[in-house]
This record gives sequence, structure tokens and C-alpha cells, in this order.
Amino acid sequence: MDYFLELFLGGLTRGSIYALIALGYTMVYGVLGLINFAHGEVYMIGAFVGLIVSGFLTVLGWPILAIVVIATMMAMLFAGAYGFTIEKVAYQPLRHAPRLSPLISAIGMSIFLQNYVLLAQSSDFQAFPQLVPEFEFLEPYSHIILSTELVIILAAVVTLIALFLLIKFTKIGKAMRAISQDRQMAMLLGVNVDNVISATFIIGSALAGLGGILVASHVGQINFYIGFIAGIKAFTAAVLGGIGSIPGAALGGLILGWTESFATGYVSSDYEDVFAFGLLVFILVFRPAGILGKVSSEKV
Amino acid sequence: MLKLKEIHTFYGNIQALKGVSLEIEQGEIITLIGSNGAGKTTTLMSVCGLTPPRSGEILFKGQPIHTLSADKIVALGISQIPEGRRIFPEFTVKENLEMGAYLRNDKLEIRKDLEYMFNLFPILKERQSQRGGSLSGGEQQMLAISRALMARPELLLLDEPSLGLAPIIVRQIFDIIKKINQEQKTTIFLVEQNANLALKVAHRGYVMENGQITLVDSASNLLNDESVKKIYLGA
Repeated sequence: MDYFLELFLGGLTRGSIYALIALGYTMVYGVLGLINFAHGEVYMIGAFVGLIVSGFLTVLGWPILAIVVIATMMAMLFAGAYGFTIEKVAYQPLRHAPRLSPLISAIGMSIFLQNYVLLAQSSDFQAFPQLVPEFEFLEPYSHIILSTELVIILAAVVTLIALFLLIKFTKIGKAMRAISQDRQMAMLLGVNVDNVISATFIIGSALAGLGGILVASHVGQINFYIGFIAGIKAFTAAVLGGIGSIPGAALGGLILGWTESFATGYVSSDYEDVFAFGLLVFILVFRPAGILGKVSSEKV
Repeated sequence: MLKLKEIHTFYGNIQALKGVSLEIEQGEIITLIGSNGAGKTTTLMSVCGLTPPRSGEILFKGQPIHTLSADKIVALGISQIPEGRRIFPEFTVKENLEMGAYLRNDKLEIRKDLEYMFNLFPILKERQSQRGGSLSGGEQQMLAISRALMARPELLLLDEPSLGLAPIIVRQIFDIIKKINQEQKTTIFLVEQNANLALKVAHRGYVMENGQITLVDSASNLLNDESVKKIYLGA
């Protein structure tokens, strides 16, 4: 039973991370109809910013709590700034270009950012400090769940709720939903589409930055390539859940996380990806738009 | 109130408007008639800033607007009800209406206007929590008109409001258009293929062919004009 619980919680942790990153893919897809392939790199940059800031503050001898809070905020801030800039540089000039152009530009951006970090930080794995202290109350359960895992799960839940409320009830959230349905009409009602798109990139990227620092602290090492793998997995989660749908991103992330965790635990870690992507194919055969994706019917 | 001076609009290399000039006075209903592909919709889209003219000037209350972005133009008081109604299918009727008041922040007044729309079109009140995409064509047109009015525009641009609707609904819609013009003093720029109907509600009319204005006159004169009768009124 403990083993099952361990796998379940491990899957929940992974799933939460996938969900956090998948949100960025799905939000951008919702407003722009574009897959932002540089999103995984933003996550990786978030992790590096976390490493640099926490290293710097540790040297200065700051208390651990202050280090965690400031490093996390800086990771999100920088990730948001990167997301904003990526959109302005690589996507906005191509707003009216054929759909393939921004896709190629996205892949180019992804490769550029990987290599930029590779040059700056070398290709070696770098140790990442464990930012979350061991909680005493979790000690008896430490064979099932670690403090960092608990923090990751909680962070994902809080973020998801906040994002859901933002999309549902705020003006900018409504504007995002309007743009995803009919961009021109949203403009005709006075929505400044460029601003809303920028906001979408900033929010999605900040969440990826949060994911980056959380995972780095959990795994304990990072390099320039971690964003690529995490990005592919999170993208899979977004498609699995139904791209464009926020609850879909969360659900897709969790399902993917559990599939991998149980496949690793009960079969073999070699089969982790086989199960994950096998499941993707299986679900898309029966629900081509993803689990919560809509194949909407409209009257004309 | 609105003045178009020699505007030329292009889609890529294709020229859709070849020097269009027209003028609308405050409180007027004017109509722009013409056949498919004459450039009527492009004229409205040029005013709204979605397809800005390559040359020429558009003045709204004396202020040039042809260089402004679409959202700034809406903020000045120009709302469009585009062809095909363009209701947000995923939003409820109420959310669609609220979206119309996107640029406003006066919550109390917005609620009042919402009530006004529900009085104007009681069917919308009944269906307020239904998805926009589930409404019938006539109901969608009513919603589209109400949504545009939620912005409290001074100038309302209407593109083919009769398209695809049953004659009885069309009559209802046109009655409302007249009522809005009289009660709210909203200036109306109506684009229609149904020339007969349009000329009956409008004060003045413009006839458009191949991206150019070919005729301007009072609506009653156009209704009796031999060439207009022959080409557009099917008589």
C-alpha cells in the first residue's frame, strides 16, 4: 500500500509540474492558435535564475526563507520578461504571416535560447540547492512524500485556482476568452489585442519559471537541456487534456504524471515514455481534440 | 460627423476601394447599397481600422482616425455590427452583452443598459444564460445589435443586418434600427444588399460599384431612380 501511495504522490508531483508548464502552452494556444515551442526554454531559464539568485543570497548569508521567496519571485519575474520579449521578437512581427512561419520561428527561438544558456553556463549539470527545508511533520512519511513534493503540489493547486478565477472573472480573462473565439470581433469591441497577448505570455511564462525553480530544487541539478524534455512532456499533457482548455491542461498533466509514475514503479523506468506517449496516441484516437477539448458546433 | 475623403484600401495587391468619399451628418441614417463585392464591407472595415486605407483621410467629428488602431476607434464612439453577427459562441448571452461594454467602467450604468436591452429584446432576457452559439439567426442579430449598443456608440455601423433572416424578423430588426436612431439619437451607417428595405429607413443613400461611389441622393429619390430600380430593386 505504501508503495502504491508513494507512486501515486510521485505521479501527482510530476503531474503538477506538467500542469504548471502545460498552462502556458494552452493559454498561448487559446489566444494565438500558436504552439510556443520556446516555452520549455523559459522554464529552464527560470531554473537558472533561481540557481543564480539563491547562490548569490546564500553567499550573502540571508535566511533560507528569504532566499526561497526572493529566488522564486525573481525566477517568475525573469521568466515573464523572457516570455514577453519572445512574443515581441519572434511572434508579433509574424501575426499576419502564414501559420507555418511563427511555428518555425518558435523552434528557432527554442534552439537559440538553449544555445545561449549552453554558452553562458556550459553543458555540465550544475548542482541546485534544496530550497525547501524538511518539514518536521512530514518526517514519519518521508518514505512516501518529501517536503519539496508537497510544496510542488500545493503551488500547482494554488496557481490553478488563481488562474481559473482570473480567466473567469477579470476583465483581462474575459478578453482572453473573447480573443480565442473571435479575435477580430474582440478588436471591434475595443479589446487591445496586443496587450492581452502580452499579458498571456507573461502569465504563462511566469508559471513556467515557477515550475522551473520547483523542479530544480526537487531534482537537485540542472543544465541547458532540461527545458526541452519538460517542454515536450508538458506539451503532451496540454494536448492530452485538450489544448486551449485550462482544466484540460491540469487534467492532462495529472494523467501523464500518474501514467509515468506507475509505469516506472510497476513495470520499468525504461518504459516510462512508452506508456506516456502510448497513452497520448490511445486517447487521441478516441478523442481527437483531447479529453476536455471542444469540437464546438456553431450556428451560422 | 463622419467624413471619408478619397480613401483607397487594398487587400495585398488587390484594390478594394478606389477613392471613396462620403459624409454622414449627426443623427442621420445613411445607407450604402451595392452588389456583392462592390466594397461595402471594406468601407466599414476601413472606418473601424481593421483594414486601414492606404491613402485618403477618415475624419470623425473633425479628428483624423485612419491612423488609429481598432480599439482606439471604438473608444471614440464608433461601434460596428459586422456581417454574420459574430456572436461569441462560447459566451452566454449576458457575457456577450457585457463584452460590448468592455471599455466602460461605470458598473451601475452598464446594469441599466443591460435592462434597456432586455426591454428592447425580451427574448434575450429569457435566454441570458444560454450560450450565444445556441441562438437562432434572428436572436443572434438582436444580440449583436444590443452588444454594439452596450458601448453607447455615437455612430453605429451595421453590415447586412437582414442577411439570412426571415422577412418578419427583418422587419422587426429594421423597426428597432429606426427606434435606436430616434430615441438614442445614434447616427447610423447601414450597409445593405436589400436596397428596397434600406432605402425605406434611411435618410440618404450612396450607391457603390467596383469600389467607387456612383450615385448619392436622398433615399426617396433613389427609390424612384430608374437605374437604381432596374439594378437594385428588381423592378
